Amino acid sequence: MFCEKALELIRELHRMNDGQLPTFNEDGLRQVLQEMEALYEQNQNDVNEAKSEGRTDLIPSIKLRHCCLLRNQRCLTAYLYDRLLRIRALRWEYGSVLPANVRFQMCAEELQWFSQYKKSLAIFMRSLGGGEGLDITQDMKPPKSLYIEVRCLKDHGEFEIDDGTVILLKKNSQHFLPRWKCEQLIRQGVLEHVMS
Amino acid sequence: MNMQSYFPVPPGVGMEENFLSLDDILLSHERLPVRSDCAFPRLGFLEKSADTQDIAEGTKMELPLWLTKGLYEKKRKVVSVELPKVYREGWRTVFNADPNVVDLHKMGPYYYSLGSQLLHFDSPENPDIAQTLLQTFIGRFRRTMDSSQNAYNEDTSAVVERLDSLEKGASCLM
Repeated sequence: MFCEKALELIRELHRMNDGQLPTFNEDGLRQVLQEMEALYEQNQNDVNEAKSEGRTDLIPSIKLRHCCLLRNQRCLTAYLYDRLLRIRALRWEYGSVLPANVRFQMCAEELQWFSQYKKSLAIFMRSLGGGEGLDITQDMKPPKSLYIEVRCLKDHGEFEIDDGTVILLKKNSQHFLPRWKCEQLIRQGVLEHVMS
Repeated sequence: MNMQSYFPVPPGVGMEENFLSLDDILLSHERLPVRSDCAFPRLGFLEKSADTQDIAEGTKMELPLWLTKGLYEKKRKVVSVELPKVYREGWRTVFNADPNVVDLHKMGPYYYSLGSQLLHFDSPENPDIAQTLLQTFIGRFRRTMDSSQNAYNEDTSAVVERLDSLEKGASCLM
């Protein structure tokens, strides 16, 4: 049956229902596009034959191939769109700089989309709060306190907080830091919130 | 990394599908027993049981839902759809008697969604099918909601195993 490869792409994404981004399946995409080209060509030939030789009996087959073309188109569009939804989520989970291993999963056009999305979001955030700007990617859950105790899970080097103090984030060191500064690092797995 | 910001396109409600929903695309891959009401020249290779160049009129085969929906025409010149077992009168009686008995994952796992999609094919049994789908969901809803709300430290896998995909989705939200 046609459109099996297209469905594989969908299954690939559906398997990762936690929002992780798998590697861009360029090969799979190309195979689906090839199948679409072949279907289209066969239909063109059949349509010409139907018109010139009055072979209306070919019409059901033309219709079937057309359904397959639409199906492939649907699968490809849904595949690309769902990936964009995951990539958009990355900006909110990881921040504006993506780790290299995540960037590697994206194709060139997706990277471009990400940087444009970042820009749009930044422009929007700057316009909030009467022109002063507001970082809405912080405090995704209502915070319970201003400062939190964190433990460093891996070496992250120097970290500057708002009053200019520089903290050295060494593995296993513990610090008492402003919540809003730590949020992103917590999400990235560098720091761990210590709850006493 | 728990992606709380990933919001996939949800499946459609009732007889509607959402074009971009991964769930709906997978649902529409399910196969239906179908009979061709006309010939499909040059497509014999799709039909594995016969070795012919064309699909002859009157051939019984299994086609995916998406293709069946695409080919179906009300005037009935193209394909006729048979009801899969689970939606026929025999099974409907079972569901009406006690909806909690059935293992919907084994019977589906898209029992409700596929059942709703079947309504597109103008079977005379449509009103009964629709009624059974609704009553089955209502009948099972209380148990699935109960077990999802009160599952603290309990192993609910035995219950979850027998749920249809729609029920599984609903219980995750609770």
